[in-house]
Amino acid sequence: MNEILSQVFQVGFFAAVIRIATPLVFGTLGELFAERAGVLNLGIEGIMMLAAMAGFSTAFFTGSLWLGVLAAVLTGVMAGALMGLLTVSLGLSQHVSGIGLTLLCSGLSFFFYRLIFGQPSSLPKISSFEPLALPGLADIPVLGPILFNQFALVYLAMAIVPAAAFVLYQTPWGLNLRAVGENPHAAYSAGVSVTAMRYQALLVSGALMGLAGAFLCMAQYNAYTFGVISGRGWVCIALIVFGQWNPWKSAAGSILFACIDALQLRLQASSAVHLPYQVFLMLPFVLTIVGMALVSRNALAPAALLKPFRKEAR
Amino acid sequence: MNSGKRVPRTAGTIMVAVLVAAFLLSSGPVVPLHAQAPLKVAAVFETPIEEPWVNQIHVALLRAKKEMGIQYDWSESVKSADFARVMREYAEKGYQLITGDAFGAERIARRVAADYPKIAFVFGSGIGPAEPNFGVFDNWIHEPAFLSGMIAGKMTKSNTIGVVAAMPIPEVNRLANAFYAGAKETNPKVKCKFSFIGSFFDPPKAKEAALAQIESGVDVIYAERFGVIEAAKEKGILAMSNMSDQSALGPDTVITGPVWDMWPTVKYMVSLVKAGVFTAQDFGGFSFMSKGGSYLAPYNKFDAKLPADVKDLVAKRQQEILAGNFRVDIDESIPKSQ
Repeated sequence: MNEILSQVFQVGFFAAVIRIATPLVFGTLGELFAERAGVLNLGIEGIMMLAAMAGFSTAFFTGSLWLGVLAAVLTGVMAGALMGLLTVSLGLSQHVSGIGLTLLCSGLSFFFYRLIFGQPSSLPKISSFEPLALPGLADIPVLGPILFNQFALVYLAMAIVPAAAFVLYQTPWGLNLRAVGENPHAAYSAGVSVTAMRYQALLVSGALMGLAGAFLCMAQYNAYTFGVISGRGWVCIALIVFGQWNPWKSAAGSILFACIDALQLRLQASSAVHLPYQVFLMLPFVLTIVGMALVSRNALAPAALLKPFRKEAR
Repeated sequence: MNSGKRVPRTAGTIMVAVLVAAFLLSSGPVVPLHAQAPLKVAAVFETPIEEPWVNQIHVALLRAKKEMGIQYDWSESVKSADFARVMREYAEKGYQLITGDAFGAERIARRVAADYPKIAFVFGSGIGPAEPNFGVFDNWIHEPAFLSGMIAGKMTKSNTIGVVAAMPIPEVNRLANAFYAGAKETNPKVKCKFSFIGSFFDPPKAKEAALAQIESGVDVIYAERFGVIEAAKEKGILAMSNMSDQSALGPDTVITGPVWDMWPTVKYMVSLVKAGVFTAQDFGGFSFMSKGGSYLAPYNKFDAKLPADVKDLVAKRQQEILAGNFRVDIDESIPKSQ
């Protein structure tokens, strides 16, 4: 027991939590924007994969990591636009379009990877982001090494949570976005273009998912492989429900998930607890489901979620 | 004028040609013309060829294409649901040897093979061959894993080593256990930690698992999966690679590691099919060190860094293994962190 405690109460554990949580925070906030506007973006898993591939390839050939991040974001934006075409302009089923988009994007990422890199005998690598110690802040005892000696993209994730909350709750754009997600007809009567709002939400959503993919391939790891996303997109969908469609709570959910994931990795490596390894790997998922069941009782999904908007329909 | 004579002569020529052709076709392999057609070999893989296991099979088949003149075609990322269809397509197109990694789709592969008794099938498998045409192979690289462990036991300063692997399946367990057994032989005080990431392809997670082990004191780590060497490099500890020589990933990090070489297996099975004497058998033995199917990766930069007594110890044990005087025990039980 002491062994576990001494492992958990050390800087490395909390730094790991932040690293594991970062792609989840990006993905969750991306999904949040789409869902608050009334579109369930199940393309998330595929968008993250395609953006990761595009970002990695760009960084590989240009040698610039930030150009890679930009490419990942733009890829996400394009995929978001495609989701908009399917679900907003054409008003197709959001479930089917989203799953279709995930299948398309994961297929494309595989296809383009082969086209660009052929069949390499060893994985093409880049030199990934190095942790960036923030001057002054990184020297704070305990907190410094945990929070302020991280990758640049981690700081971006930390900044994006309050920014998202501000944009959603304090700006007219955020109000319009939430309005089209709750009652698009009322918003339309008030002169808000539902189509434009939903498209914009999906573009932002795609961009943030692109950042999640970029983080996994260019900061956390230094190569693109096919399993690099490994279901993290689906976790984000669950974390939204857990976070009751609120950016702060969703980010907290991501951190909780990351905490349990970092903890299970340490439990596996400890001699104190010997359980089948599946139990450890399951822990973050089980606890998220349990948490979701408890927390989401009074959670209300955006009322117009999953409903395509037709102005002449009632 | 002469046409009257010419026609029967032409007809005669054609008849002779037809007879000769019929004779050539019926007599089959004995005729050189027919034998020159390259042997058609196909591989069906469940994962992309980047997967370390699959890559070793693929590389060996490419070598066979170059050195043995086979025609080699392959399909990757074939999910279980498609596995039978892809196998059948190759079988119907006249491929004479169909191979691949079958673990997840093993039952399917066996069922399809039974429908084509004249075609040779050889798949990666943890169980046995099936008459008349289903042969198996496996990555029996526990011997070099043991040797890597011997080095790890000597090189650890904290007496704590670690293994980060995909899943506790027999193929992985026996490597992890052999690694630990080797380490215990050279250092009775050594403890080993084992982590599984639950997936064959999730380098970010493997890296986190490795970082968690390093925090708990591990200073030599066996990188069964991608992502682990990067963590070792970042934290300045030593690592052992797996499946292929991955020293390039961290020349100052990767000491050595077991290498699986499928060439002896592929060479043997292709020559059996070529000679028309293929039978269902377990080709696993061709992955042992004595057959050249596995070995310890070159030390590269560590050739100068490893203490001479460690190198001698390993060389001696390697000699004993090759001579058949030492047997590395096969322990496929799930290892537990110490």
